[in-house]
Amino acid sequence: MTTTRPTELPAAPPDATPDAAPEERAPWWRTTVARTVPIVLAVLGIAAIWYLLSYVVLPPSQRFLLPPPHQAFGVALSNPNISVPMFEALWRSILVAIIGLAIATVVGIGWATLMAQWSWAEKILYPYAVILQTIPILALVPLIGIWMGYSFAARVAVCVLIAVFPMISNTFFGLQSASQAAHDLMTLNRATRFQRLRKLEFPAAVPAIFTGLRTAAGLAVIGAIVGDFFFQQGAPGIGSLLRVYTQRLSMEPLLTAVALTALFGVVFFTAFAALDRAVVGRWYGRTAR
Amino acid sequence: MTAPTTTATLVLDGVGKRFATGTVALTDVSLRLNPGDFVSVVGPSGCGKSTLLRLASGLETATSGSVTVTATATSYVFQDPTLLEWRSAARNVELVQELRGVSRADRRARAQEMLDLVGLTGFERQHPRALSGGMRMRVSIARALVAEPDLALFDEPFGALDEITRLQMQTELQKLFVLKQFAGLFITHSVSEAVYLSNRVLVMSGRPGRVVADIAVPWDYPRDPTLRYDPEFATLTGRVSQALGEHS
Repeated sequence: MTTTRPTELPAAPPDATPDAAPEERAPWWRTTVARTVPIVLAVLGIAAIWYLLSYVVLPPSQRFLLPPPHQAFGVALSNPNISVPMFEALWRSILVAIIGLAIATVVGIGWATLMAQWSWAEKILYPYAVILQTIPILALVPLIGIWMGYSFAARVAVCVLIAVFPMISNTFFGLQSASQAAHDLMTLNRATRFQRLRKLEFPAAVPAIFTGLRTAAGLAVIGAIVGDFFFQQGAPGIGSLLRVYTQRLSMEPLLTAVALTALFGVVFFTAFAALDRAVVGRWYGRTAR
Repeated sequence: MTAPTTTATLVLDGVGKRFATGTVALTDVSLRLNPGDFVSVVGPSGCGKSTLLRLASGLETATSGSVTVTATATSYVFQDPTLLEWRSAARNVELVQELRGVSRADRRARAQEMLDLVGLTGFERQHPRALSGGMRMRVSIARALVAEPDLALFDEPFGALDEITRLQMQTELQKLFVLKQFAGLFITHSVSEAVYLSNRVLVMSGRPGRVVADIAVPWDYPRDPTLRYDPEFATLTGRVSQALGEHS
């Protein structure tokens, strides 16, 4: 009987096992546990208060106003006629937030770069940045609707308007953060304007840009929900559903949709906060290249 | 002392500087830096020492008098190491040649050479945050020397360092001076540092600053660090201090 057997087990690819972490760093699972436990405790705390309100504070005749969590989520999620459209709507809102954030990032960085490069551009563009920040978005919503229709594009526009200011202000601050001596160094070495931007001002702005991105991510979620809420044409986003459920007083789907919206915001913000930490940490060489 | 191999000179003739704010930083400053000179400038704080250096480097222009530099390459060492925090030590040194379009391989090799020269072999890939104050200043000096300057300007580079590191850096800077033969103009507020490093010490008066004494330092390079304990060294620092005291 002949069996062909490999004489050796195939060697694991070199990157199959993670490199030994530096000594001072705790193993990844421990930091994950340390980060997760408080979050889980907070969620449990909220659930406990919720149950308390449903069963102890509210008399049974008014319990429909705040059905307990298992009932609220159970009713909404077990019924595909409710849960499927809800997740589809959530996905559309996520898409709006991502696209809106991407546009706000590009526009914000471009805007700030122009302002930092030419003082006349700053004089022209800065007032508009301030106006964007100070005009209540609700005052612009009807205009956006009239100009851009009442569906996807208009929702993205609301998102961009809300998220762009922190991108502009943080990038602008970051571009100006290089020291006078560093600028002198560039001048003495006859750096061109573009070299100065690329090798000094822009790298110096990276940490501030990521801080702006973190703030803008949180605002993009708000923008997406607000956009949904006002622009109801086309396929609905989660904000549209919130409005529909409110009008129908269907408490279980409403509470589930609110919880999903909150989760969406937290996940989106946390993702960008983690990106911020990772990139900026590496930027200053805390993580070896 | 061996004859200098470079021909760089710096001549300031009756230079004055008045800022737009109306502050008069310098009045009628004349000085001459000959090839192979290492000249220190001491003076009370606020007397325009740094302005003098900024004029010599071309970062500022004089409001009166003339500044004439004949050098093929001038380098400038700042008070603060002024390293780009997001670049490793080697990439900080590379910056100067990067701006001039030198190829990556060439500038890498050159940066390595300079870092070896200032005693930072093995620290090439460290970011400034991971380096001590003295090491950061070494990177800064390596960066200044990367373009083979024949005129080097120093703006109180060791002012923020602790005494031990400072003495060590003085010794090493002198080695570099002997090796590279650049003409040096060195701003400091330390009289012993000025005397130890230079062949001439210029004393400036308080604001508005002008040169009130030009004191020659006789010892040949390289100088032994123990020269600092020599009675003659003490006499000379005493003369400089006296000139400072009379005009501040």
